[in-house]
Order: sequence, then structure tokens, then C-alpha cells
Amino acid sequence: MTSKFDIHNQFKEVKKERAKIDGKGLVLGRPAYTDDFAPQDALVVKIIRSPHAFARILRIDTAKALELPGVICVLTHEDVERIPITRAGQGHPEPSPRDKFILDRYVRYVGDEAAVVAAEDEESAAEAAELVEIEYEPLEPVLNFEKAMDNPVRVHPEDDIKENFPIGFEPERNIAAAYHMQVGDVDTVLENSEITMRRSYYTQAQAHTALEPHTAFTYLDLHDRLNVVTSTQNPFHTRRLMGQALGMPLRRIRVKKPRIGGGFGGKQHLHVELFAALVTLKTGRPAKVVMTRQEVFEATFTRHQMRIDVRLGSDKSGRITAVDMHVLSNTGAYGEHALTVFMVAGSKTLPIYNKVDAVQFGGTIVYTNKVPAGAFRGYGAIQGNFALESAIDELAAELGMDPLELRRKNMIAEGETSDIFKIMGEGTEGVEMVVESCKLDYCTSRGAELIGWNPESNARWIDDHRVRAKGMAIAMQGSGIPLIDMGSAIMELQDGGCFKLHIGATDLGTGSDTILAQIAAEELGVSSDKIIVYSSDTDRTPFDVGAYASSTTYVSGNAVYTAAVNMKQVLCSAVERKFSQEEHSVSFDGTVFWGDEGRLITLDELSYDTLYHDGKDMKTLTASGSFSGEKSPPPYMAGFVEIELDVDTGKIDVINYAAVVDCGTPINTNLARVQVEGALVQGIGMTLYEDVLYSENGRLRTNTLFDYKIPSRMDVRKLTVELAESYEPSGPFGAKSVGEIGIDTPLAAIANALYNAVGIRLRSVPLTPEQVWREIRKTGILKSGIRKAAD
Amino acid sequence: MNNRNGKSVNKDRRDAAYIHCTVNGRKREFAVQPGEMLLEVLRREGYTEVKKGCDTGSCGVCTVLIEGKPVLSCSYLAMRADGKNISTIRGLEAEASKFADFLTATGADQCGFCTPGFTLSVIAMKRELKNPDEMEIKKYLSGNLCRCSGYEGHLRGIKRYLEASHDEQV
Repeated sequence: MTSKFDIHNQFKEVKKERAKIDGKGLVLGRPAYTDDFAPQDALVVKIIRSPHAFARILRIDTAKALELPGVICVLTHEDVERIPITRAGQGHPEPSPRDKFILDRYVRYVGDEAAVVAAEDEESAAEAAELVEIEYEPLEPVLNFEKAMDNPVRVHPEDDIKENFPIGFEPERNIAAAYHMQVGDVDTVLENSEITMRRSYYTQAQAHTALEPHTAFTYLDLHDRLNVVTSTQNPFHTRRLMGQALGMPLRRIRVKKPRIGGGFGGKQHLHVELFAALVTLKTGRPAKVVMTRQEVFEATFTRHQMRIDVRLGSDKSGRITAVDMHVLSNTGAYGEHALTVFMVAGSKTLPIYNKVDAVQFGGTIVYTNKVPAGAFRGYGAIQGNFALESAIDELAAELGMDPLELRRKNMIAEGETSDIFKIMGEGTEGVEMVVESCKLDYCTSRGAELIGWNPESNARWIDDHRVRAKGMAIAMQGSGIPLIDMGSAIMELQDGGCFKLHIGATDLGTGSDTILAQIAAEELGVSSDKIIVYSSDTDRTPFDVGAYASSTTYVSGNAVYTAAVNMKQVLCSAVERKFSQEEHSVSFDGTVFWGDEGRLITLDELSYDTLYHDGKDMKTLTASGSFSGEKSPPPYMAGFVEIELDVDTGKIDVINYAAVVDCGTPINTNLARVQVEGALVQGIGMTLYEDVLYSENGRLRTNTLFDYKIPSRMDVRKLTVELAESYEPSGPFGAKSVGEIGIDTPLAAIANALYNAVGIRLRSVPLTPEQVWREIRKTGILKSGIRKAAD
Repeated sequence: MNNRNGKSVNKDRRDAAYIHCTVNGRKREFAVQPGEMLLEVLRREGYTEVKKGCDTGSCGVCTVLIEGKPVLSCSYLAMRADGKNISTIRGLEAEASKFADFLTATGADQCGFCTPGFTLSVIAMKRELKNPDEMEIKKYLSGNLCRCSGYEGHLRGIKRYLEASHDEQV
């Protein structure tokens, strides 16, 4: 693809700090989120959830609940048509198995939906939920994901579930999906390598913890259509999935997203919408579901827990010869995003080391009777990155080489490619891609500078029990899913010389409405406050897959760019006709239209003329644009961390995290930076604090914000984020994505720093004080005089 | 109102009590249930700017000011609010608007769900602490969680806001 933009262009609207257009309104508390708009008379819907990790429902007695004043209905699996569905907001057909029913005879984890009650108010609904009698036959659950495959207990014994296309779905073996690929013969290359190593790494099922709990309300409008207002990341997928699940034609459903209180992948699924809809369709009345925080923890999705076995080979000079990654992923009770998250563990890590002789990736995604997993920022790449980037440091230690040097010797560079790009897509094949923008070289050298990297002394004791040490990792992500993700935009000139910009894209609070306005404004030459943005409404905005896979800036951004290019053309043509000018002779500078003989008309004047003054020539000037990427240009980053370890308690503090990110042109420098800062802290949370604990019988114990600790502002000492000068020719004004890349490196970088601190290699996150302390005790390093040696 | 069995629906099955308080400068009377938390009452009465995030007093999004002090309304019995002076973010629009300019200039406002509660804590902190340093700021605000921003942008905004307020006073 040739460059659409001049890199030396002086931007007026992009690459600027612009305040988010909705920012002030949100600070001032104006109604913005789903529940703020719920009708006062909406029925309150409560979901009755399974107390068992695995059980068959024998009987449900709703009589007592229905007698309670204020209770309107109780719905069970007997009231719902049995249609196998997936709740994963993904392209069509979905690469997730259809292994879920809105309500089922089986419940497959503690928190699974058993029945639904609707009542006039919160209290009655809660009381009714208590009065519904459900008799369960508890079954033996599968709780250990390493023992799930071919376990005699089948998590999905039913025979009417299916895959949409071949994904390796074998429910009789508790396998949701499976995959394998190789380039070259890894076993032979490893056998012939001077150095080989094999290690296993574990990552936990992190919780998204968006502060707004999942919320939706539904009502029937004047046309008897089902309206769904929901905190979703993908209104169009939600409409399609709801149509499938309810057996309704899509024309009868409208889905709208107001502001959303955080997503991170957690709202890329249907968790509440269908239950509100069932009640509205049954009763004709508005209905709403607002999850409790406990429900969000127990009964939405988590990150996929994984075990990743890595084999590396290299020669003595540090040339990496082979990489093999074998993954076991735990999808919990249902298989949403099972295959795709798993594949990204390889597809967004292995291309980093593109000079190997052989590379292999494969494994299985298994069902267990635990909280299901789904999409979560990082989407497999974070798990894969922890394994691969820890292994690279382990290899460096074996080679006696600076791990930074080992990476720089082997990592991908601008103008290069990787076989992986073509072989591995998301659930399907990928696309060939030459990397046109990659500043990893700069990112690593600048990051080293920022943290003060010195391979000779990356650890120092600051007193007799605290040691400070540095570690690092590098990462890549993608920018949308090529040939699958599509976004579109429609623009219209309005009187007053301003433009409507309607986009299907979904702002999660990231500021995408703002940056898309900046892109439109830049191309038109107007200031971004002349762009009136409306987004995320299946009735009123054009199609967009939604906000996930780091797609919005690149995919939706390119759609907006195209719409703006077309709008400019439409405007100039209108002026040419109006003033009988030759075709393509008129230009527009953002304020004035110019012909060969000078000034013709201002935008402001034109906007009134086309709508009020031009008689039979009056018309609404509109333009549209769509975009589907032919490739997914990866953003890259280098993460360098300095930690302080207290060897007496095992506690790790992050003293400074330096991140240098190549996201192409940052459309909004502030918002890009905050994307990275927020992602780093989520990654640090996963590395250090966010422990996931279950009881023996499969109940999630870390199911409140008391028990599940996300970072507070006390935990953040210093983040040093810089954006590399970079320009992606295929992106809007040179932009790539920035939403996910920041979350990938903290796990390995911190684990590597811990190793550099005291020589302990932990291959399982989170690195809780308890785990670190036990390891310190076990290895006896304190007795070995390391404190003294390091002084 | 009748349910499907034709029985009359009584929304106030339990004994409601009435409390009188001032919300954002306006005298209000609310019917409250025993055990009901202030958050539920405020949202029911249309103060949707008070957010509900965690149900356990852990996240801070439900923060309101009671007699000028930040309080978690999800863990504050509505009965206790009788006779009290309550401010939500909308009652402090002028001051909140000043802070909003500094916060949005950093980009750290993000999804905004934590922001009304967080902003009330910032305003209370400004009134309570004289020239707080970084650690004092973090400590004062540590009960207001944010999952989007990574907190550093918040800190940049707060510092500039405090500096500007300080300059104004000098």
C-alpha cells in the first residue's frame, strides 16, 4: 500500500492534545450511562444463579415467588426456546462454539443462570429470587484445567451444541477448540541447536473490574420493536447475537450504547441483555438488569487461565534458532473466544523473533466448571508475552548474555516480515504483511536510557532487606483483525457550517469519539469542534464491529478518514456546480472554497445556500466511508521496570515503569499516553496483586473488591511513558493502535527484574508476597550471603 | 397496580420512615426503608450522578459530601442522613467545572464512571489539606479507585488544579 499521507505534513488537528469531547460532562455527572437512562417503571430483573459448580436441574417451583406482591414473572429453561448460542461479540460466523443456552437444564459453574425473576421493584425481585425453589442434582465438577481433557466427567454432555466452522471442537473430550501450526521442523532444529531449554509458565484468570457493572434495559417502542440500551463494546454484534438467541429478525431489534463505564473486553459479550429482553418480550414492559459486583466477578467472563510450555533453541552467539509454544487454555464452562484468545498468544508474540529456522505453536482450550473466560485487553498476547519474554531472559542467563542484547539481536525490524502473519489469524488464516513501521530498535534503546539499564549491575541493595532491580520485555499487538473487522462512517454538512459524523464505533471511555472527530477535522481542514459526533446505535449509525482487537483508531479511523475525503469531494463538486466551474477546479482550505479566479464562497455560506437558498438545487450534502484492513500493523513497545523487593516480606513494589511505545502517529497525544498508562497499571495489577482463588467445591472466593485487589493510586509510584516517532503508511495520518499494547510487558518485565534482584525465577503469576517469600525461603538465598555480596 | 394474580402491589411493604435533608442546597424529604443505604435513595430520587460500583464500600464511585466530608453513600445508612447537608457533584458544579478543565486536559478522565465521586474527594481534599505533597494526595484519594487511567494522569491534573487554585488565592 502506498503512503496516503505526507509524513512531513504539519498536522492541525491530529497529533495534538485535545480534551475528550464528553470529558467535562462526565466529570460534572450528567446522565451518561445505561442505568442513568433506565425508565422509572422498568421491571427489575434478577438472575437466580447456580450455587453448584456442576448440576442438573431436576425441578423448579415458581409458585411461591409468583404469589409475592409485585412479582410479574419467573422464567426458567422451560419458558425459553432451546437455541444453542454464543455470547461472544465477534465477526460472523463466530469462531466461538455455540455451547450455551439462554437458560438450560444444566448449570456448569457457580454463578451460571438457572432462572430469572422480574418484579416491580428491587426488593420484591430480590425476595422472589429467594422464593423460587430449585432442586439440583449436584454432579462431580471438573475444576483442574490440567486434568480436564479426556476427563470422565463431561462439562457439556448435551448433543445439540456445535461449532460454526471447524475449530477443533470436541466436547466429548472437554475440548472447546484446538489448533496446531509449524514452520520448519522444530524438533530437528532444537536437536541441532547448541543450547536448548524447556520451561512452563502459568497465568491466572484476571478479572476486568470495569467500575460500571454490566447493565442493560429493554423496552418495546411505538413500532413494537425491541430496543436494547446496554453497556456493550459492540452494539452491532449484540443485535445479531440477540436475534440468533431470541429467534427474532434483526430488523425488530435496536441496540444502543450510551457512555460505558469501562470495558477492557469485559463488555464484548452478552451477559445481561438477553434476560432483560426475555422479560420485555414476555410482559411488554420495560425491564432492566444491573449486575451486582459479585455477579460481575462470578458470572461474567475472566481472562483465560493458561499454561504455556516454551522450548527455545539458540547457538552460543545468541542467535535464536527455534521457538515452540504449546498452550493449554482454560475457557471455563463456556467457549467464548476460546480459540481466538489462544491463537493470539502465538500470533502476537512469535513474529517478534522472526529470524528463527523453525517455529511451532499449538495446543488445546479446555472446558472446566469454572467462571467462563472471554475477551480481555491483551487477548492472549499478554499470556504469551509472559511466557516468551520470561523464556528469553532465561535463555540470556544461560548464554551469559545481556537480555536486552539478546532481544536486539533477534527481534523484528521495519521492512521485515514473519511467516506467522500469513499462517495465524484469529480463528482462521492470517494475511501476509511486510512491517512498514517498527521502531523497536528505538524503543529498546530509549527505554534502556530512561531506566538506566546496565547489564553489569541491574540490582542494588538499598538496605539490609530491600533490593532494587531492573527487568525488561518487548511486545507487539495488532490493529484490528484484517479482512474481518469493518468500520464505517457517514458525514453530513449542516447549516452553520458544521458536520454530523455518525459512526458505528464504540467509545469505551478511551476517547474514540474525540479522536475520530480529530481525523475527520484534519482531512477537511476544519477545527474538530465543528464535528458533531454520534456513535454506537444500530438504528442511526452505520455498521462497525465495535471496540475490540485494538481496532478503533485504525479500522474506524480509516473509515472516518475515507468519509472525510469523500465529504471534501462532495463539497467541492457542489461548489463547482453552483458557480459553473470546471470539474476538479475548486479547492477547499477549511473555511473558503477557491476557484481558478479566486474566492468563491465560505463553508458557512455554502451550508445555508444548500439548505435554504438554492431553490430546486437544494440538497443535503452527505458522504460515507467504510474500511476493512488488508493487514493489521502491529504497534510495538519496550517495557523497562525497576522494582524494589523486600526479601523479608516478599513484597514487590514497582518503583518506575518506563514504556516506549510505537503506535504510529498518536492521533491524540494525551489519550494515547493515558491508554498506555492505564494498560501498564492493569498489567502490573495482574502481575502482583490480582490473585484468583477458588474454594474446593469450585466457588470463586475472590468475588468482591475486598478480596480481589486491583491497584489503587498508592500502588503507582512512577510511570514514564514515551511515544516513539513513527508513521504507519496504511493508517489514518500514520496511526496504529494503542489500546492493548501497554498491558503486555509488565508480567515478564517484573518477573525478569525479580530474577535480576535475587536470582529467583518465578514462572507463575501473580507474584504475590506469599509466593515470592516462600521461594526466597525455599532457595535459601538469604543464607547464601547474597545480601552481602550485592553490597 | 396489580400483579398477575390480581393482588394489590404494595411497594412499601416494610415500614418506611421519612428523613429530611438538604441535597445540593434544596430541602428534600425522602421515604426510606430500614437498612436502606443512602446511595439507593439518592439514585431512586434521580441523583444519577451518584454511581454504584461495588456494593462493599471498596471503590469510591458512590462518594458524596456530607457536611463537606467525603462519604461512601453505599455504606451510609439513609436514616443517618436525616438533618444532614448532602452534596453530589451537581451541587458543586462551579468548582467541579474548574477541576474538569484540568483533568480533561490530561486525558485521564477516560470512562468517567469514577469521576464524580473522585472529583468530590479532590474538592474536599483541597479544602482540607494545605499544599499537600504527592504522597498526601495519593493517600487522601486512595479510596477512589480507577481502572482506566493508571492514576498518573489524575495526579498531573490534580497538581495543576491545586497550583492554579493556589495562584488564584495569592
